[in-house]
Amino acid sequence: MSSIAPPPSAANIPEATRLELYRQMIEIRYCEKRAHDMFLQNLVKGTSHLALGHEAVAAGFGVAMNKDDYTFCTYRGHHHTMARGASMLSVLGELMGRQCGLMKGKGGSMHLTSAENGVMGSYAIVGAHLPIAAGAAWSAQYRGTKQVAAAFFGDGATNIGAFHEALNLACVWKLPVVFVCENNGYMEYTPIGAVTAVANPAADRASAYDLPRQLIDGNDAEVVYQAACDAYAKARAGGGPSLIECLTYRHGGHSRADPGKYRPKDEVEEWMKKDPVVLYRIRLLQAGIAEATLDEIDATAMAKLEAATEAAKASPPPELASAYTDVYADGGAAWRN
Amino acid sequence: MAQLTYRDAVSAAIAQEMLRDSRVVLLGEDAAAAGGVFKTTVGLFEQFGPTRVRDTPISELAIMGAAMGAAMTGLRPIAEIMFSDFLACCWDYVANQFPKTRYMSDGQLGVPLVIRTANGAGARFGAQHSQSVENWAMAIPGLKVVAPSNAADAKGLLAASIRDPDPVIFFEHKNLLGNKCEVPDGEYVLPLGQAAVLREGKDATIIALAAMVPRALKAAETLAAEHGISATVIDLRCLVPLDTKTILEHSARTGRVFTVEENPRLCGWGAEIVSIIQEEAFSSIKGPMVRITTPHIPLPAADRLEDEVIPSVARIINEVRKALGK
Ligand SMILES: Cc1ncc(C[n+]2csc(CCOP(=O)(O)OP(=O)(O)O)c2C)c(N)n1
Ligand SMILES: [Mg+2]
Repeated sequence: MSSIAPPPSAANIPEATRLELYRQMIEIRYCEKRAHDMFLQNLVKGTSHLALGHEAVAAGFGVAMNKDDYTFCTYRGHHHTMARGASMLSVLGELMGRQCGLMKGKGGSMHLTSAENGVMGSYAIVGAHLPIAAGAAWSAQYRGTKQVAAAFFGDGATNIGAFHEALNLACVWKLPVVFVCENNGYMEYTPIGAVTAVANPAADRASAYDLPRQLIDGNDAEVVYQAACDAYAKARAGGGPSLIECLTYRHGGHSRADPGKYRPKDEVEEWMKKDPVVLYRIRLLQAGIAEATLDEIDATAMAKLEAATEAAKASPPPELASAYTDVYADGGAAWRN
Repeated sequence: MAQLTYRDAVSAAIAQEMLRDSRVVLLGEDAAAAGGVFKTTVGLFEQFGPTRVRDTPISELAIMGAAMGAAMTGLRPIAEIMFSDFLACCWDYVANQFPKTRYMSDGQLGVPLVIRTANGAGARFGAQHSQSVENWAMAIPGLKVVAPSNAADAKGLLAASIRDPDPVIFFEHKNLLGNKCEVPDGEYVLPLGQAAVLREGKDATIIALAAMVPRALKAAETLAAEHGISATVIDLRCLVPLDTKTILEHSARTGRVFTVEENPRLCGWGAEIVSIIQEEAFSSIKGPMVRITTPHIPLPAADRLEDEVIPSVARIINEVRKALGK
């Protein structure tokens, strides 16, 4: 599969949309790199699972969604959260455990949630959110709102029961849900092929649920965008779920400071040549978009990032009292009278 | 008022809430067209139709997840897990997803749903279809845990659970489903977190839940009639929220406390209650508090063996007499 060739159906994506795809990718790229730096500086504590290399999937889907659609992510969900409109400040702040964070430090890197932007949580139990996304789609179907739910998950998640239960239920109930597998070739440190009965962990399972086989270049923002638009149109028209496998690669390790030594050097090099952000910039230049336009997007994104970084560093830690709030709907933690 | 069975009270509560609130939907295995394997949802499919009352595949993860996704986005789902033992198959949702979402999201999201499940022994189904697992649920911050002991409470507490904005695990006791009592006809809703004092005495306070409540009551009657012991009997009704006020007040009045628990011994709910009483009412307690529980064993199937291990009326009577020296 060529990473560079534009797919025929993507040729007529409007310029504004193309620039938006690019802007999303650049912002995610910059912010994730910064998150990595801050982890090494011990400003980001705990853990973080970066999506460097996965930017095209988030941008393609994020741009294709309506404002009121639902996103469900994994612990590797910073990119999808930002692609729905959550600010760099709110994301970095959460990673740092600050008051300005999306959840004021109560969820952390693995649980980014921005309900106002349709990000209905990031889930750290592999596979758990696929049935939940199906449920949100069921609710949209029941309420007749035409909203669509998307669940993003890794290749590893295709081997857990919840994946199969969610797909079956979504198909039987014809739910407006899009299941998006970001196949980066590894489940943590193990190559996915070593532990999976089929070559393409999501696409090769589609037939079991009477779904079309969809395997796409997840490093091509326009291919992803087009596949997303098609899946959303199908879901909104009552055509039920889609299962889309996006081939991609993570540029760094699985989490924290993992150097990713278990990946062959030449494999890493091959994939680095297919860097989605670099490729898309070339694509846009070839399409006649002025370099200055892209440079300006880059500069604006960097300025935003610097401002967000400074603001996050200046933000206080959360109030201690907040450890005891929002366990129950009354706002508190009382389990007794 | 009409005489209703516990199982009919369950479906009456669901019908009452479905009529009142179009956001209420029901899903589960055999729960719709077949009316539930325990016949607790009979008539709902006919009354409310297949959009609101849905049969599911044997997919406990999908049932729980679908209920949660729907709850987070504006519906009020009631999901049925056929036997409470099967909660072990989908414990992720009970332990990690429902109860933590509000907290982790800093209040951005809530999960207002009810998981109904058939709990407890008496049907001779053996170790994987008879357990009392309410103490599992009690151990998880963020959940509410309800376990009614009679038909009227089943109606009122289930209605309250459906209206509640938090995730509720609602334990319907298999051995009580055929029991009848007077159940208010019209809209009937009880508050969650209020224990019921079913009987007042001066010598002992017996604290029970679900199927242990009728046994505790019978034991108290015999203790009074034949042994000169007058006992208070408290039906907890909810483990969370826990009505510690009632527990502490009535424990202090008699000074002798007995819990009657169907769950196995270790970390049963009675341990928490006894611990609260010793911390907060120590000076009023006149002797060792006694926990009457199922022993710490898997449940046997044979009727003779099951009857041996689940707390019985006779065992409650003996334990109270022994402790009081009467
Ligand atoms: C149920 C469960 N099992 C194991 C883990 C530990 N774990 C976290 S991420 C991960 C790898 C998942 O791989 P994949 O689905 O491909 O996603 P990726 O991290 O590559 O995005 C594992 C095994 C977990 N969080 N949840
Ligand atoms: Mg992976």
